[in-house]
Order: sequence, then C-alpha cells, then structure tokens
Amino acid sequence: MALFEARNLDCRRGGRDVFAGLSFSLPAGGALLLTGANGTGKSSLLRLLAGLLRPVGGAILWDGQPIDAEPGDHAARLHYLGHLDAVKPVLSAKENLRFWAALRGRAASIEPALDHFALSALADIPGRLLSAGQHRRLALARLLASPAELWLLDEPSVGLDHASVGKLAEAIAKHRAGGGRVVVATHMALDMPGAEPLSLDALAPPPLPEMVW
Amino acid sequence: MHRFANPARFTRIADRVLPFVAVAALASLGIGFYLALFVAPGDYQQGESVRIMYVHVPSAWMAMFIYVAIAVASAVALVWRHPLADLAAKASAPIGAGFAFLTLATGSLWGRPMWGTWWEWDGRLTSMLILFFLYLGHIALMHAFEDQQRGYRAAAVLALVGVINIPIIKFSVDWWSTLHQPASVLRLDGPTIHASMLWPLLITALGFKLYYLVLVLLRIKSELIAARLRALDLAKLSAT
Amino acid sequence: MSGLVLIVGRDLRLALRQSADAWLAVLFFVLTGALFPFGIGPEPSLLKLIAPGVIWVVALLAVLLSLERLFLADYEDGSLEQLLLSPLPLELAILGKVLAHWLTTGLPLIAAAPLLAVLFNMDMAGLGVLLLAMLLGTPILSLIGAIGAALTLGARRGGVLIPLLVLPLYIPALIFGVGATDAALAGLSARPDLMLLAALLLVMLVITPLAGAAALRQALE
Repeated sequence: MALFEARNLDCRRGGRDVFAGLSFSLPAGGALLLTGANGTGKSSLLRLLAGLLRPVGGAILWDGQPIDAEPGDHAARLHYLGHLDAVKPVLSAKENLRFWAALRGRAASIEPALDHFALSALADIPGRLLSAGQHRRLALARLLASPAELWLLDEPSVGLDHASVGKLAEAIAKHRAGGGRVVVATHMALDMPGAEPLSLDALAPPPLPEMVW
Repeated sequence: MHRFANPARFTRIADRVLPFVAVAALASLGIGFYLALFVAPGDYQQGESVRIMYVHVPSAWMAMFIYVAIAVASAVALVWRHPLADLAAKASAPIGAGFAFLTLATGSLWGRPMWGTWWEWDGRLTSMLILFFLYLGHIALMHAFEDQQRGYRAAAVLALVGVINIPIIKFSVDWWSTLHQPASVLRLDGPTIHASMLWPLLITALGFKLYYLVLVLLRIKSELIAARLRALDLAKLSAT
Repeated sequence: MSGLVLIVGRDLRLALRQSADAWLAVLFFVLTGALFPFGIGPEPSLLKLIAPGVIWVVALLAVLLSLERLFLADYEDGSLEQLLLSPLPLELAILGKVLAHWLTTGLPLIAAAPLLAVLFNMDMAGLGVLLLAMLLGTPILSLIGAIGAALTLGARRGGVLIPLLVLPLYIPALIFGVGATDAALAGLSARPDLMLLAALLLVMLVITPLAGAAALRQALE
C-alpha cells in the first residue's frame, strides 16, 4: 500500500521561515492532526501537501514519488478544503456541488453527499441565500460527492453546528475505514480515534539574525 | 539553494568590482562624449544637432538591452528561483525606463529641427514609447503586492510575455508607420556610417553599459540592506 | 476536453444569471463611441474617416472594463484553488474561462458594432471586413487580457493596474484590426491584415495558457 510522507520540509512565507525539518508518514487509513499556535504554519503545511505551495527544502512523497513529478495525478487523488468554500452565489447548492464533482470526472454521488450533511432540503436554494455554516457544509459535501484518497482539511469545522461536526467526524471515520487518509488542522475538538498528533510549535526555526534574501 | 545563496558574498564581490567598473564607465563616457562633441563631424544636412545621436542611439540600445536582460533574469528567477535574479530584475527596470525616457526626450529634441514638431509618430519613436509603457507596467506590478515575493513572480511572468510581444509590437508599428508616412529620417543603421561617427557612438554605448552595471550593482546592494532590515524586524516579531 | 466544456458551461451560466455585467460592456461600447461626434463635430466625412479606428478603440476599452472580473470572483471565493487542484490541466481551464469571457463580451460587441458603424456613417462596403476582423481580433483581446487579469490578482488597485499592463500589448491587434477595415474601405485587399490578425490569435492561443497558468499558480502560493 502506498505511503504518503514528508521528509524534512522547510517552509518560508513572506521572507519568514515558518517551520523547518518537518517529517511525517501517513499510511492508508491514517489520520494526522495538526496542532500549533496561530502562525506556526498549519495552513501552509496543508497547502504544501496539496501542491499549491512549493517547499524551500525537503520533499513530499506519495509512494516514493515526489508529488510535483506528476501534479495532475496528485491533484486527482486529493480533496483540499481551505478557508474558502468555493460556493457561487448564483448557482444552487446542487449546481455548485455537481460542477466540482463533474470536473473530477469520477462517478459522482451528489444526492448522498447532500443528504449526509443535511442539505437535501436546500438543494435548489441559490448559494447567496445559504448561511456561512451551510456554505461550509456544502464545501464538505464535495469530499463525499467524488472519491479521493487523501483529504486535506483546514479548520473544517469552522461555523458548523454541533450535529454537523458529528457528521464530519462520521464522514472522516468512514473515509479512513475505506483506506482513505486525512490531514486535519483544527482548533476545535474533532472525534478522530487513533489520529496521529503533529505539533508545529516545536518546529519553528530559530530566528535568523543574519542576512536573508 | 536559497538557504545557502549568500548575500554577504554577493556584497563582497560587488564591492571589489564596483570601483573598477565605475572608473571604466567614467572614462569611456568622458572619451566618448569628447569625441562626439568635439571630434566627430557635424552632418551636412542636420548640422550640429546630429550630435544628439550620441546620446539618443546608445540610450535606445540600452532600453532594449535592459528589457531583454530583465526577461533573462525573470526566466532564471522562475525556473531556478534564484533570489539574485529577482533582485536584478527589480533593480534593472527603473534604469531601463530611464533610458527609454531619455531616448524619447532626445528623439523629440532631435526631431524638432528636423520635422518642425516636438513629436512625430515615427515608427522607431513610437516603438520606444510602447517599450516605455511596458517598463512602467513592469515597475507598477513589481510594487503592487504586500508580499514582495508575489511582486517578483508576477513581474517576471509579465517580462517574459513582454519580451515575446516586443518583436510583434515592433513589426506591427513598422507596418503601421510605413502605411501612414515615409521612412524615418533618423535611420542610422546602414552599413555606410562613417568611422568618425561610429567610434564615438560605440565608445559612448560602452560607457552607457558600464554605467548601467554600476547602477544595478548599487541598487541590488541597497535592496539587500533593505531586505536585511526587514528580516531583523521579522526576527523581532517572532521573538516576541 | 469535457472539463473545458464544463468550465465554459459554468461561466456562461454564471454570466447569464448576472447578465447585467455583459450588458454593461455593450452599453459602454455604444455610449463611448457616441461621445466622439460631440468631441470632434458631426461632420459626416470626418466621422466616416475615423469610424474603424473609433470602433476598435472603444471595443478595446469595453473589453478592458470587463477583464477584472475574469478571475477575481473565483480567486476571492476559493474556486480558483479548487480549479487548480482539479485533474483538469490549468492551461485548459484558462482557455475555457477565456472562451466564456469572449462569448459574453467579445461576441456582444461584434453584434453591436454595426450600430456604431451606422452612427459614424461608415461605408457599408467595409462592414463585412470590420466584423470579420473583430471576430479574429476580440478573442486576442480576451486572451491578452486574461494574462493581465491573472497577474493582478491580490494586487493593490488591481483594476487600475490591468490597463497599464494590457494596453501596450493590445497595440498590434488594434493596428491590424483597423488596418484590415481601412484597406477594405479604400478598395484594397484586407487579406494581409486579416492573416496577421489570425497569426496573432494563434500565437496568443499558445502564450496565454502558459503565462496565465504561471500567473495563477503564483497568485495562489
């Protein structure tokens, strides 16, 4: 079974070193829980893992292959959920979801995905009328609408009510039971049994007093 | 690569090279302008005003040369992400814009006695005007972002798009100007230019190149110092 | 290929549901064009002379007006990230978005051009060539504009910056576009100018996906 791993990652943002020497490996069915204070680079790490950012040092490997060797393949195997929900105000909830699922080209299951996050009743409501929490649920429904092996979730529970957080935990558990992997950054309690914690607090590099580019 | 690319080493080398380049620039500009103003003959048609050429033509060459240099630096910056290439592109653009402006100003001064107007939509001058606009766009984009890295990358992409488009623009402007008016009076690129005019031209052109080198080195050095100040601020920030 | 169709379909649907935007560009086109007679006087022979030039310049400005929203909404709501992480190559996604932009901006301008031609008393013998040149030229404006729109994402005053980046690059399309129409009106062959426009279109069809993808990637870093 393929291994997803990071070796000695260095990350720099805006001329500042965010973290250095970060390594982990994540087997099938595994979960990684990123913790750390604000500004320690949880979001940056997720963007690195998605391939949106390039590390200044180190490597991210899937099955021993660097992810930037075949960026298209890497994109096809992951779902990335950032701070933004990518919901178009003039499209209905269903249209929004259907577009993203169709773009990924796999057998899409729109209805069950909407149903899981209790959006079925809102399927025909345009995005602009949905609340922030409903936007978030619609974004989460993308995870279920088309399958992907790796989920990268940045504060997935922001704006969610208690029931929806439970639904999210349920979806993650089911994803992992099927051999899926998940990397989550969250401040809120999220029920993920057996999740590997990874604290970024200890990985902040010492401030460099010398000249940097 | 970035961690180890050492700005201190660049500064050391630049400091060692700078005095020589500066002296060479001064010498070639001095000799070049002396030859241009006192030794080279006037033109039988244009009289003394032809001496504007010794500033106008090397400036035009520099304006084009520097844009190509920026494009090369941009390609290096995008492919290898070498920070020095970013700095070189950023440092060069205002100098190139300055030379383009000098070309336009001297062209206008030269054109006044020739055409009787301060501005003529001559093919070459028009192309230079567009190049000047391309420089302004590059400089504006370079400074349009809170994050300097984004400015570097965006401006680098723009420079590459620009350098591909420059031949197209040049061709289209020539196409347009030959359609609308006779060929320029400022044509100098014939092989018949006399040696007494060619030498001063080449020497001032060399002087301009060296002057550009001095300016670029100085500007990169000051950028490095500014970057160091920013890094110290950030270090303070993460220490608190 | 089906991904490209999906993107065009989505953008067209978005544009149709916010159709005010598309109308705005056409309205701007006609209104700005109609200003010229007030500026230079209603002399029919003069208007006739400048008609192709005015129509082209005004079309160019109308396209410019619509460029900012090409990627901005997708950038701000996170769709661009998702697009970048979809299996569809970003280059194709950009072509899809540009095609949708042209269908909602360039095509309506072409449809409105005969109106300005009439207002400017243009010789109707040149109308066919004017429309053909616009058919080749307005996609070039969308393609070049897309690079400018992608480069200015997240910039301070991005909307003001786009014209500064894009207008100098528009000059060849303007020259050949007006050249074709002028040639036709003068009874000459418009073929050379039209061929040059077509060549420029092909060049930009290659450059825009590459430069646009590089620009979008760095914008999302």
